[in-house]
Amino acid sequence: MFNKLTSSEGGRGLLLISPPFFYALLLMAFPLGAIILFSFWTQDFMDVDTTFTLNNYRQIIEQPIYGALLQRSLFVSAVVTMVTVLLAFPIAYFVSFHVRPDRKSLWLFLITIPFWTSYLIRVFLWKVILGYNGVINTGLLNIGLIDEPLTFILYNINAVIITLAHAFAPFAILPIFVALEKIDRSLLEASRDLGENKVMTFFRVTLPLAMPGVVAAVLIVFIPTIGDYVTPELMGGAGGKLIANMIQTQFLALNNAPLGAALAVVAMLSVTAISLVFILLNRRWLRGRS
Amino acid sequence: MSLRIYAIAYLVFLYAPIVLLPIFAFNDATIIAFPLSGFTTDWFGELMTNRSLHTAVKNSLFIAVMTAVLSTLLGICAARAGAMYHFPVKAGIMGFIMLPLVLPEIIVAVSLLVVVVQIFDMGLSNWTIIAAHVLICTPFCIAILNGAFQNLDPSLEEAAMDLGESRFSAFRLVTLPLVMPGIISSMLIAFTISLDEFIIAFFLSGTSQTMPVYIWGLMRFPASLPVVMALGTIMVALSIILLTIAELLRRRGMARAGVKDKGGFL
Repeated sequence: MFNKLTSSEGGRGLLLISPPFFYALLLMAFPLGAIILFSFWTQDFMDVDTTFTLNNYRQIIEQPIYGALLQRSLFVSAVVTMVTVLLAFPIAYFVSFHVRPDRKSLWLFLITIPFWTSYLIRVFLWKVILGYNGVINTGLLNIGLIDEPLTFILYNINAVIITLAHAFAPFAILPIFVALEKIDRSLLEASRDLGENKVMTFFRVTLPLAMPGVVAAVLIVFIPTIGDYVTPELMGGAGGKLIANMIQTQFLALNNAPLGAALAVVAMLSVTAISLVFILLNRRWLRGRS
Repeated sequence: MSLRIYAIAYLVFLYAPIVLLPIFAFNDATIIAFPLSGFTTDWFGELMTNRSLHTAVKNSLFIAVMTAVLSTLLGICAARAGAMYHFPVKAGIMGFIMLPLVLPEIIVAVSLLVVVVQIFDMGLSNWTIIAAHVLICTPFCIAILNGAFQNLDPSLEEAAMDLGESRFSAFRLVTLPLVMPGIISSMLIAFTISLDEFIIAFFLSGTSQTMPVYIWGLMRFPASLPVVMALGTIMVALSIILLTIAELLRRRGMARAGVKDKGGFL
């Protein structure tokens, strides 16, 4: 069996890919299955009752708080995604089209560095920037633009959105950059030769060709933001809590893991469904043109 | 030109929080706010004497080193398989392995928590964190190692095998030295991710805390915030040093493999 596997190219490839594959199967697919199963069970203090029930899902539907949290989470994720991708596109465009080729990796390196530094500390520092005695408020007070500290920038959804848009910036820039790099520059020249101006060339040639990168950027920002509980916890105040905070509370504080599991499943399903609809809406940009 | 101004403004936005870190770490006041009052290194001194912090640092370093080694090993398997061989449902398998990249971390955390605690009834330990960190770091390792493995000429290894080396020693003697910079770069990135990771570690840490979990605890006490700033300064400085080394090695690796550097490893 083993000899047969190693003798063919396909066999060797499969053999080599199996450790990472089985690792992902065991530590990702299997636990995801477990959490779905778990969401149909109930828990009373430490005892888990394994009889099948839809009670957790019924609770999620019937109690308005869960729906409200989920709605707010999806809204925040959508706004964060939009802001992040809109801010990121010009940067990706600048690095791809206006930076000397030998300087490109330096720019990308500069863009990715903040992303690799401690997330917790970055979030905390946004609190310092946006806070009541924070950098922005003291700065604006000192130059006399405002008379008292602004309060609408911390402990609400705005603060959550700013912080998340900062945290996910490189995630949005890199896929768009890769898509822009792939564009054959002669296509742009052709468009100009045929009489289109710069702006029209951008909208009719560059942007459609960059769409696969934009779609990737949207997904890679939208999906993970739903799972963040650090930013809403530190920045959101009382009114800025999101679904991930509720999942965390159910698991760690309230000891109701099955309900937490059901919430996680619902959150995952909503995100997946929205992502699929988004891909479907953009499918005409994604058709292979290579 | 206006695009360049925007780009620089964007970099300022990206770096604003990090620049503030050392400013407050050396500031002689317990309140984190302007105006600054004076220069001090007391907060760093406090770090030196803090016993529970030292335990947390030791835990974090152990977890990060194990994660770096294990995820890079898995990454090597995947990157080599992806670059050298064709096999059935290749795109599907590769996509599946890269999936943790977009999986929300809280989902990874709670699903592993359920499996470990409720299903297997095992205790949480540093190893549960390592297991989860390896899962989320492997896709990053693969992305970096792909740069080193792709375009590596398979005929080099074949030549070594024709000259009498076994398959494994051909890999060890020919391919391994060529991809070594990529491997080290991948280990450094995985190390950095694991060292800074909080969301998963918070769920899966047992009695022993990691550094980010310890910092999270400190954040509740306003008096300890300057210490957090000092600790953060050290962590960020360490991250930047490691990342710079990783980047330089990645570039050298790509040069060795004869790939044109397209920048960035994602």
